[in-house]
Amino acid sequence: MPFKPVILWTDALLFLLLAAAVGLWLHMRSRPHLLQPWRNLVQSRQAMGSMVFLAFFMAVGLLDSMHFRLRISPADATQESRYRVQTLSALDVLVGPLRTQTEKTYSAPLATHLFAKETIEAAGDGRTRAYPRLTYGGAHLSDPATEWLPDVLRLIAAGLGLGAILWNALALLVTGVLARHTGREFGQTWRAIWQHREPLPWRTILISAGFIVLLLAPMALLATRYHVLGTDKVGQDVFYLTLKSIRTGLLIATLATLVMLPLATALGIMAGYFGGWVDDAIQYIYTTLNSIPGVLLIAASVLMIQVYMATHPELFDTIEQRQDLRLLFLCLILGVTSWTGLCRLLRGEALKLREQEYVQAAHAFGVSHSRVIRRHILPNVMHIIVIAVVMDFSVLVLAEAVLSYVGVGVDPTMTSFGNMINAARLEMAREPMVWWSLASAFFFMLVMVLSANLFADALRDAFDPRISVASRGKA
Amino acid sequence: MTTYLIRRILYAIPILIGVNLITFALFFFVNSPDDMARLALGGKRVTEEAVEKWKRDKGYDKPHFFNVREQGHARFTNTIFFTKSASMFVFDFGVSDDGRDIGTEIRTRMWPSLAIALPTFSIGLAFYITFALILAFFRATYVDVSGVVACVVAMSISSLFYIIGGQYLISKLWHLVPISGFDYGVDALKFLVLPVAIGIVSSIGANTRWYRTIFIEEIGKDYVRTARAKGLSEARILFRHVLHNAMIPILTGVVVIIPSLFLGSLIMESFFSIPGLGSYTIEAINNQDYAVVRAMVFLGSVLYIIGLSLTDVGYTLVDPRVRLS
Repeated sequence: MPFKPVILWTDALLFLLLAAAVGLWLHMRSRPHLLQPWRNLVQSRQAMGSMVFLAFFMAVGLLDSMHFRLRISPADATQESRYRVQTLSALDVLVGPLRTQTEKTYSAPLATHLFAKETIEAAGDGRTRAYPRLTYGGAHLSDPATEWLPDVLRLIAAGLGLGAILWNALALLVTGVLARHTGREFGQTWRAIWQHREPLPWRTILISAGFIVLLLAPMALLATRYHVLGTDKVGQDVFYLTLKSIRTGLLIATLATLVMLPLATALGIMAGYFGGWVDDAIQYIYTTLNSIPGVLLIAASVLMIQVYMATHPELFDTIEQRQDLRLLFLCLILGVTSWTGLCRLLRGEALKLREQEYVQAAHAFGVSHSRVIRRHILPNVMHIIVIAVVMDFSVLVLAEAVLSYVGVGVDPTMTSFGNMINAARLEMAREPMVWWSLASAFFFMLVMVLSANLFADALRDAFDPRISVASRGKA
Repeated sequence: MTTYLIRRILYAIPILIGVNLITFALFFFVNSPDDMARLALGGKRVTEEAVEKWKRDKGYDKPHFFNVREQGHARFTNTIFFTKSASMFVFDFGVSDDGRDIGTEIRTRMWPSLAIALPTFSIGLAFYITFALILAFFRATYVDVSGVVACVVAMSISSLFYIIGGQYLISKLWHLVPISGFDYGVDALKFLVLPVAIGIVSSIGANTRWYRTIFIEEIGKDYVRTARAKGLSEARILFRHVLHNAMIPILTGVVVIIPSLFLGSLIMESFFSIPGLGSYTIEAINNQDYAVVRAMVFLGSVLYIIGLSLTDVGYTLVDPRVRLS
């Protein structure tokens, strides 16, 4: 094999989560009453519009989670194959030169020269202080002063054109598939989509996809010749770093939930359903944990993990594995500190459900506790769980940035939004200011969190029975 | 009332013991004092004597719970748990790594923290409730919809950006107030304006939306319909009836955090270099000063539990239906 797959802990958990989601969907497919809220959800324009953006981030995150090590080409065929130490991801391969084309230090977005003056050996009169040309950014231009603007404009125009073609192809494909599926004519389906007469909000989906394509295509073309978003202190491409940060944010948001979910669900339902001493014990546990201020508990735990990892270097071989282990511990800690809210909600709900007639009927028939919980309690608290998971997503992405700033977040060598912002703090103090890495982190984080928030709102509207009853009453 | 308060305090004791045990386990069982000593002294090339000396200086050279080498009650008192963890119940926090008494530090540093946190909290609360009332008054109109959208956008921006952006615009570009620092007395004002303003703005989205939800829920209740039927104006209903009744859910969320204001904000204080408890904690985290972190964790939970008790007492003041029994 030309490469050897490397499965980091967090990768494995992310794929496990994905498998669980697929499993859940297969389970629900044959149960229409469980599918109903999801059907409401996919018909909501807000949900599907933001879902397109989230899907983009997830695609980047998933690509970046497929890790492997390339094989070193052996000198002769008899040699045992060996692999490079460096772990790459599918995303690294996809963006190709972005990863390797590093400059000396800062350079502005689309710049052709370094950001700081340096002493250059001139041909005739010794040395001069000037901005040296970049090694890669705009290296194909012979005279940047005159050629730069036309070249950039040409690339942007070509990118927009490419984006338009891609987007049209996508729109035609969707219409074609839809027309075939429903047995209508192509033109008829096309009009139905754009007049918003389809059950699914295809127009919103296509417009959102259009935004992404039209933004990314010019950036991708520009990235082949320039550093679209500039370079950072050690000359790394900021666009590349931003793309890499997406995985970190995504993982923290999903894995912390994965840790929190079984804990909160099991304890919350048990406390509400059984009552008595079980309830007292669980309430005591979460009141105690809850009374420690969140940041302090996380800080204390991360400090201890730091010591643990420093004294146990045998747990990891490469830098990637160290970063990964630290990320995993951070997710664990975030999960353990954040389950109390959902647990309390579930306890309250289970307390109410326990008194329902159908639960009492089940008891009268001699149905076992575990079966009652599985068949009657769990499906009826599912909406609370789903809402809590999605609401937590954006909170956790934002928390990562703050925690990394405080120094108890992800590994300092790992690319993440928090570490980018943290570095930007010093860059802002420079004169003239280095603004681009902060701006890129800001923009991508805003889009990610905003689409997560909008999606969460739409999902809550679709799932919360209280809200749907209230809005039906109004109408 | 007195019996209720006493019961609340008694109820708090097991929780504080739990917190104490959690922190103790976290700081002394996850890693042994030897590990911590090695890390504090740097790397693996540390002699056994140096580790022993570090532990002796810090008082970590004792057994965890039970000292077999001592006699009588000293068997329990001359242990790490008793000297380092149980002692926090009488607010004896020990000394930090730089040799200062943590209790004294906390007493002097809580005032700058309070100077930031109290105005941020009270002015912010007034702002958020006002905005939320305006949105609720114009509910289901464009004012409301655009307000909610603005809230969602505002809460999607990381608080770090509000701070960096605010510092850049107001201090660096417009030179209105100093970029960071702190002073005592009247001079403190010019240092306080910016952090307080940013503190309020950075959480405007989430809070306004939260209070709006409370008001909207309250508006849907029967007494509002009765008031309308009685012919009261919408404004009067909102500002008298709804606001009064919404005080109960608002109080639940608000009173709990009042005592914790003493702790200050980690991020605010470190960005604006304010010598409060927040920056004290952050310094301790960065210097790996475990004694200070332990003390802050314990203090934080004490303040939170005080807040919980205050919430219950507050209920009786705003809602005559609630009787403490």
